[in-house]
Amino acid sequence: MNIVFDYPAFDKLHEYFHTIERADVDRALFSTRPGLKDLAALLSPAAEECLPAMARRSAEITEQRFGRVIQLYAPLYLSSVCCNRCSYCGFSVDNQIERRVLSLDEAEAEAFILNERGFSHILLVSGEAPKVMGVDFFESLALRLKDKFASLSIEVQPLTTAEYARLFKAGITSVAVYQETYDRQIYEQVHLSGRKCDQQYRLATPARAASAGMREVGIGALLGLADWRAEGLALGLHLAWLRKQFWRTAFTVSFPRIRPAEGGFAALQPVSEKNLSQMIFALRIFDPDVGLLLSTREEPRYRDGMIGLGSTRYSAGSCTAPGGYLDPDSAGEQFAVGDHRSLDQVCSAIRARGFEPVRKDWDSMFQQHAA
Amino acid sequence: MLTIAGHKFSSRLFGGTGKFSSSEIMKKALDASGCEMITVALRRVNLNDPGDDIMSIIDRKRYLLLPNTSGARDADEAIRLARFARASGGGDWLKLEVTPDPRTLLPDPVETLRATEVLVKEGFIVLPYMNADPILALRLQDVGAAAVMPLGSPIGTNQGILTRFQIEIIIEQARVPVVVDAGLGAPSHAALAMEMGADAVLVNTAIAVAGDPVIMAQAFAKAVEAGRMAYESGLGRQQRESMASSPQSGLEFLD
Repeated sequence: MNIVFDYPAFDKLHEYFHTIERADVDRALFSTRPGLKDLAALLSPAAEECLPAMARRSAEITEQRFGRVIQLYAPLYLSSVCCNRCSYCGFSVDNQIERRVLSLDEAEAEAFILNERGFSHILLVSGEAPKVMGVDFFESLALRLKDKFASLSIEVQPLTTAEYARLFKAGITSVAVYQETYDRQIYEQVHLSGRKCDQQYRLATPARAASAGMREVGIGALLGLADWRAEGLALGLHLAWLRKQFWRTAFTVSFPRIRPAEGGFAALQPVSEKNLSQMIFALRIFDPDVGLLLSTREEPRYRDGMIGLGSTRYSAGSCTAPGGYLDPDSAGEQFAVGDHRSLDQVCSAIRARGFEPVRKDWDSMFQQHAA
Repeated sequence: MLTIAGHKFSSRLFGGTGKFSSSEIMKKALDASGCEMITVALRRVNLNDPGDDIMSIIDRKRYLLLPNTSGARDADEAIRLARFARASGGGDWLKLEVTPDPRTLLPDPVETLRATEVLVKEGFIVLPYMNADPILALRLQDVGAAAVMPLGSPIGTNQGILTRFQIEIIIEQARVPVVVDAGLGAPSHAALAMEMGADAVLVNTAIAVAGDPVIMAQAFAKAVEAGRMAYESGLGRQQRESMASSPQSGLEFLD
């Protein structure tokens, strides 16, 4: 089986947008099986005037496929130590921040707080420094936590297929690994040193996680680095390719926008709320089954307004510094969050819109392996 | 151009050799259909007998031979037939048919999957006949089927594509070519399969039992070509609703 994903250069992807006319957008909106051309139409400048129609279509598809529900999760930051030098990230090795690596006991205590607050789905996050935070740690932590949580996801350094298989066995159900940008030149430009400079290895990571048996794999792009329209098209290509190769795996897509962070990086190509919304609607119309994440990077006004329009999963009550749940004064966050509300407040906002906040939508029992 | 297991086909219509009223009519009809691959029932022919009524008129330089295991009731029978066919010079290509129910001749999914797995490992190029079950198609693809052949309706019924929704899912998901097989009773059925994006169709009964099989073979050839052209050119989609313009966009919250 050919398991190497490849995609055209960004200038080639741009060509898709040149020929799009309004009629292409109308066709794409109501296509029963939208293809890549339709996705291009929905991401194009010509679609901007159709944003309300896209929102309605996206909402209709989302309701039909997922119902009137929003799943909730919280990130748990394990370590801010990172060997990579990435221009946009607060954890970048050059930044003079207070670094912290949680011990197993500390990580468990943080998880316990999230559990008490009502979270059943948590995302374990770590900077890339395998010597201080490696597979052994993730495995031990998963074994400690799996009975308390419905599902455990990881967003850590890219691992090998065998390592993912090990973690799956220990109770990790899903893996998120974002390419950050599919623009190969900008990727080189913002990843200055460290293992993350190997674009190709990172690009192949979602496939490794899926082939290791992970139930869900998340891909994404950090918005603000490259042209968001081409980024959306590349994400769509990657998603469609992954679906063909790994039909047993569920997929999610995330589009985090660059937030203020240590290092003072400013977006190279700013992405507005309108742009972000267009991207969410386009991906939803392109792939009715994909899970779409909207994190606390965005402000409450925007997150509330977007409920039901395409996203299916919200984080809430997030802290992006290791140890930050036990000690809210912890310094050294990865980025500044935009929505500081608690889980209960976010749940109320979801209910106020006529949607059900879902805190548990999986059970670790599915994955009990014989000891 | 259609490629299956590295072999290129310029015609997307595959033919069969059953049910014709005479060998001469069969030969003329296959000739008129323009097809490049034809299936023959192993139970019907003697592969290594040059005087066999069917084999003697199949020009194997022109047609790729696709022996089928029609009549096999389980995987073991199909595997035995396949090995025998190859030993008799039938080649590596195989249309796998496992049909335990002699009434409907519907394919057995469990035995078909098992036989595919075994035969692929033995180097056969396996094209399994299957019910239009999308998950089965993926399972067959994963064990190495070179293409999948979902049925439009039960074999010989001429009912057309009753499994449309399922076949659409298979076409969308499969990595291997999808050949709609069985039940295509009229050229319009074949055209529909091609418009839906099928890679090819296999038609036997509808041609063999037509009033004039030669003309009908031409009609199917044209329908397959027309359907493929329509698919490639991008069909105008049915619009479910017109673009309503609403004074309230619902997006006032955006900054």
